[in-house]
Amino acid sequence: MSSATSSAVPPAPSRAPGPASAFGWWLADSWTMTRRELARWARRPVGVAIGLAFPVMMLVMFALFLGGSMTVAGGGDYGEFLVPGMFVLTMAFGLEGTMTAITQDLQKGVVDRFRSMPMAPTALLVGRSVADMLESVVGLAVMVGAGLLIGWRWHGSLAAALGGVGLLLLLRFAMLWCGIWLGMIVGRPGLVMAVQILVWPVAFTSSAFASPESMPGWLGALAEWNPMSATATAVRELFGNPGAAGTSWPAENALLLAVLWPAVLLAVAFPLAAARFRGLGG
Amino acid sequence: MTEHVPAVRTEGLRRTYGDKRALDGLDMTVPRGTVHGVLGPNGSGKTTLVRTLATLLRVERGRAEVAGIDVGARPREVRKRIGLLGQHAAVDEELSGRQNLEMFGRLHRLGRPRAAARADALLERFGLEETGHKAVGSYSGGMRRRLDLAASLIVDPEVLFLDEPTTGLDPRGRTEVWNAVRSLVGGGTTVLLTTQYLEEADQLADRISVLDGGRVIAEGTADTLKAMVGGDRVDVVLRDRAGLPGAAAVLAEVAVAGTVEADEDARRVSAPVADRMAALTHVVRALHDRGIEAEDLTVRRPTLDEVFMHLTGGPADRVDRAGGAPHADRSGHDGKVSA
Repeated sequence: MSSATSSAVPPAPSRAPGPASAFGWWLADSWTMTRRELARWARRPVGVAIGLAFPVMMLVMFALFLGGSMTVAGGGDYGEFLVPGMFVLTMAFGLEGTMTAITQDLQKGVVDRFRSMPMAPTALLVGRSVADMLESVVGLAVMVGAGLLIGWRWHGSLAAALGGVGLLLLLRFAMLWCGIWLGMIVGRPGLVMAVQILVWPVAFTSSAFASPESMPGWLGALAEWNPMSATATAVRELFGNPGAAGTSWPAENALLLAVLWPAVLLAVAFPLAAARFRGLGG
Repeated sequence: MTEHVPAVRTEGLRRTYGDKRALDGLDMTVPRGTVHGVLGPNGSGKTTLVRTLATLLRVERGRAEVAGIDVGARPREVRKRIGLLGQHAAVDEELSGRQNLEMFGRLHRLGRPRAAARADALLERFGLEETGHKAVGSYSGGMRRRLDLAASLIVDPEVLFLDEPTTGLDPRGRTEVWNAVRSLVGGGTTVLLTTQYLEEADQLADRISVLDGGRVIAEGTADTLKAMVGGDRVDVVLRDRAGLPGAAAVLAEVAVAGTVEADEDARRVSAPVADRMAALTHVVRALHDRGIEAEDLTVRRPTLDEVFMHLTGGPADRVDRAGGAPHADRSGHDGKVSA
């Protein structure tokens, strides 16, 4: 050991004046935790790039390999139908990423340090959600770019298109908190794999890839009510892409459901996740 | 915290995991400004105690105070006053040492410039300035522990909890951590240190509480604890195992309360004695008369190992049968309480 060790620890600086309110501290702590995630990404750019490329690969596979033999119920180009569906898929599958990150975090000793510090208790979760949302914005931008490259276009106003993007991010935000909550329930990274498999049948039981009208009756009804279908149908409507037309109640009220579903999911998952985090060590 | 308020005080602290009692009515008082060792085998409740005091586990029953503050009622106030070095490095492995310390500084509300300055000072103090920019994942065990210790000292904690701070470290890493802990003492910080290394408690702690089955079964300085086993001891190591019964009989003549311990594998008999010189003289003469050849003959103070044996009725490294905290058994028991 160097001689430095035998010297005393220098006295600690005093605390900064900083925000006066608890809310101000909550914001500051949450931002610190967000920066932690961003710094981690900066240290593994390849992993981040792969994460962004995966949905693009899926889009290309579905559009170019399967697209030719697919028809859209009600008419229209399958590529135009598929791209918004793939946006929804990308947002919904964000659940896994968040879940994995939360379970890995909770396994780490560093959470013990956070929990033994006088920081805002939910800052770790909020930081995670903000960082994941930033990643999703980038991910969605990449997907929009890829969509444009394979010939997808929006046909309505820019405002409507931005509204579509907003609905997509809203779905992501809801799935994110579901991911945080589920991640804290399963606790172990190993169990995340089960979820990674389960999201596929859920995704296919939606209007992301095919219209529910083309599915067997009961499955079609299930697909109609899938939150992913609500967002998919709503954004198709806003982008002016085919597949938005439908005669069922969920299809006709897709815009409403695309707001309502994520709101309900958030209203359930957010308080449960926060309570679960506070209850760690109970 | 005023002088007379203890750094740590627990009263009838209880905690169960299923039907196992991790803490079973634990009473402990640690005066401020001291290093207090908590010594016990795996599953004796050490880690549960530290995690409860550090607000990581809820106080189920009983009462715990840190710096005079009720841990169950005001955990936030406790968190402002403590530092924690757990069994597993509580730093972000993917970030650099500096990024870690700056992050903890900001969370301790130092503000960005002061957090950065503090990170620099601590990296230098713990000999990590060269590696401060590297990801913690690439650090050696000793370096990681030092960073962990630095992270526990972002603000001067009134009470510093060290939960088995050297478990899993090589001797060099252990010395590094011991030196760092020693240098903290005198700064007014109270240190509560759990360990299963008897030597560690002996080296660092002013007072020691011995835990078994979630309760304090003995408390005092290392010397008082050693005295509990009966002052000095005579050890006789024989050349030949056959002489063991004879040697045991000889020792029984001088042993306090007639207690003689024999270890066949080590060819050793050992007994507590009252008058060391008289006992030694007697043993030498009696062994010679019986024609028993001793390879080694010593008079010594008892080790904490023997204190442990005496108090718990088993060796310190046995795995405890009840009250195992889920976190307490991760470290295994490689190399501890080496004979």
